[in-house]
Amino acid sequence: MPDGTGTLNPLVEVRGLKMYFPITAGVFRKKVGDVKAVDDVSFTIYEGETLGLVGESGCGKSTCGRAVLRLYEPTAGSIRIAGTEIATAGFDSLRAMRPAMQMVFQDPQASLNPRMTVAGIIGEPLDEHTTLTRKEKLARIYELMDQVGLNRDFANRYPHEFSGGQRQRIGIARALALNPRFIVCDEPIAALDVSIQAQVVNLLEELQDRLGLTYLFISHDLSMVRHIADRVAVMYLGKIVELAPRESLYGSPQHPYTQALLSAVPEPDPMVEATRRRIIIGGDVPSPANPPKGCNFCTRCPKVMDICREIDPEFREIAPGRHVACHLVTQASQTAGQAAASEASGTTEIRIQQGE
Amino acid sequence: MPDGAQPVLAVEGLQTVFRTRGGAVHAVNSVSFDLKPGELLGVVGESGSGKSVTMMSLLGLLPSPPAQIRGGKVMFEGRDLLSSGEEHLRSVRGAKVGFIFQDPMTSLNPVFTVGFQLAEPLRKHLGMSKAAARRRAAELLDLVGIPDATRRLGDYPHQFSGGMRQRVMIAIALACDPKVLIADEPTTALDVTIQAQILELVKDLRQKLGMAIVWITHDLGVIAGIADRVMVMYGGQIVEHGPVAELFAHPRHPYTRALLRTVPSVRGTREPKLNVIEGQPPILMAEPAACPFRGRCRHAFDRCARENPARYPVGPGHDAACFWDYDKGGPRDA
Repeated sequence: MPDGTGTLNPLVEVRGLKMYFPITAGVFRKKVGDVKAVDDVSFTIYEGETLGLVGESGCGKSTCGRAVLRLYEPTAGSIRIAGTEIATAGFDSLRAMRPAMQMVFQDPQASLNPRMTVAGIIGEPLDEHTTLTRKEKLARIYELMDQVGLNRDFANRYPHEFSGGQRQRIGIARALALNPRFIVCDEPIAALDVSIQAQVVNLLEELQDRLGLTYLFISHDLSMVRHIADRVAVMYLGKIVELAPRESLYGSPQHPYTQALLSAVPEPDPMVEATRRRIIIGGDVPSPANPPKGCNFCTRCPKVMDICREIDPEFREIAPGRHVACHLVTQASQTAGQAAASEASGTTEIRIQQGE
Repeated sequence: MPDGAQPVLAVEGLQTVFRTRGGAVHAVNSVSFDLKPGELLGVVGESGSGKSVTMMSLLGLLPSPPAQIRGGKVMFEGRDLLSSGEEHLRSVRGAKVGFIFQDPMTSLNPVFTVGFQLAEPLRKHLGMSKAAARRRAAELLDLVGIPDATRRLGDYPHQFSGGMRQRVMIAIALACDPKVLIADEPTTALDVTIQAQILELVKDLRQKLGMAIVWITHDLGVIAGIADRVMVMYGGQIVEHGPVAELFAHPRHPYTRALLRTVPSVRGTREPKLNVIEGQPPILMAEPAACPFRGRCRHAFDRCARENPARYPVGPGHDAACFWDYDKGGPRDA
């Protein structure tokens, strides 16, 4: 997508987003530290594309998704959606922006009010943001139910009468009610069975084609992200460590964490599994309240160097559209760059792969 | 895994029913399988397919009511566990058969130290002294790869991370040197990198200790990597069963085939559109008189609605409960 014709317009631009949660102690709740859930994250999402945001639990991917829609008050940074600054917008202008940006939540059980009917749930955004008459509203609700593949006859039923996959369809219909341009999908399939996951993913893709939607698709499921996303960002401990177009990220991951993450995904093929050598990274993710000095991944990185424990690597573009935050890659590209300063950046990328 | 070896566990015709206000739910229907010494049997299925209920029924772990075991035999060391009484079951559970549950946070007791919880089965089942149990507990923690084991015996579960807690659960299950280990979705709640650590640990422990393992999961990738044999469950029944390489290379039941196609991969070619199994899993409110998959099956024909298929042999050690013959490309002879 980014290497495309250049006709793509950026719809969402996030620059230096930080989301810190204070840690308080004592009777006076004095602030003693910060949980750096999202720490200086920048990315752009182009109109009509899907950006996948992957990472393990606790890496800050959901917080990032929520902060982008300003469901949290970000600590610092700029978020522009369709040219409007969201991060500092006042209450009224933010509310006017809400119809354009919506969210699909992870747990359809918890995000649907059990005392409201399906029609009530899907119709609530219409009550809040439009002046439709009752008849028009009902027509719109039916239209939305058709779009997500729910039977119209079920409009007066309650969420508990539906299966997990159907409930997620209700959540999607609600997100679509106000014709949004941008939807944050926060682990929309994590709570569903494999055979139902595929149904929901196909629905999201169909809707994207039909309505020209832009998605931020948050997931820990690397294989599903490979299917749905055009570009993928990998997060670790509050930072994006690598961001690249899908094919290059899965084909030749550059950051040691991305490499370990991809190699950890088991393959449903006994022949492949028997011969495959896995990169096992030991230990656990450090606490975001007390991240290590230098690179966040230095405590678990199999290729750690002295510099990694001292200096936090910069998030740099190493090839068109490919961003990595790792000293290993930066060093390699620098030496390669010195050796052949005039060569194109595509060659540099090949040298990095050889250098490993 | 010698083929002719006597099975350590043999289950025949197990049937479990839950009595609810809305009627009886037939969660497990005539499930039969056996487990040979030292092998790893993978059980795959979606939620509600009966895989956990099957394993919990074996050891009387389901509360009754509402659960009721209607029939079947579970032979372990020459005795039927279903009819041998609570006392005998208690001597088997945690001693000869270890259990690992999905969520390590809810299955460890938050108010006791890990050392206490590890020593408990050792003292109860093996009659060890307090000091001996503590020494053994430290050895076990060390075995499952927890650094600084002796000091960590005094820690509480909340002081461990998710992956470490699951290691503690494995250590407890292994405490009395069980012959059979039943692992119910042990890596589902974990991140992929931690899952990779646990899978390596289990492979390593199998080599060292040689117990037979039943591994329940919904993740076909995990099964492909560790199992010797695989059982696919759907609607409370075993629909296909076979050696792992054979089953993945030549799946014979339409459900297994569809399931293998719906899962995207991080390697290899990327399909432009995901394959879908249309429809919903069955609601098991009646005793199955027909194939549970027929509503979602592309090969279903009239016989599938009349009879519940038996498990037909389709290859060496491989069977499938389906009236459709893949090799012939048509219905099986009645």
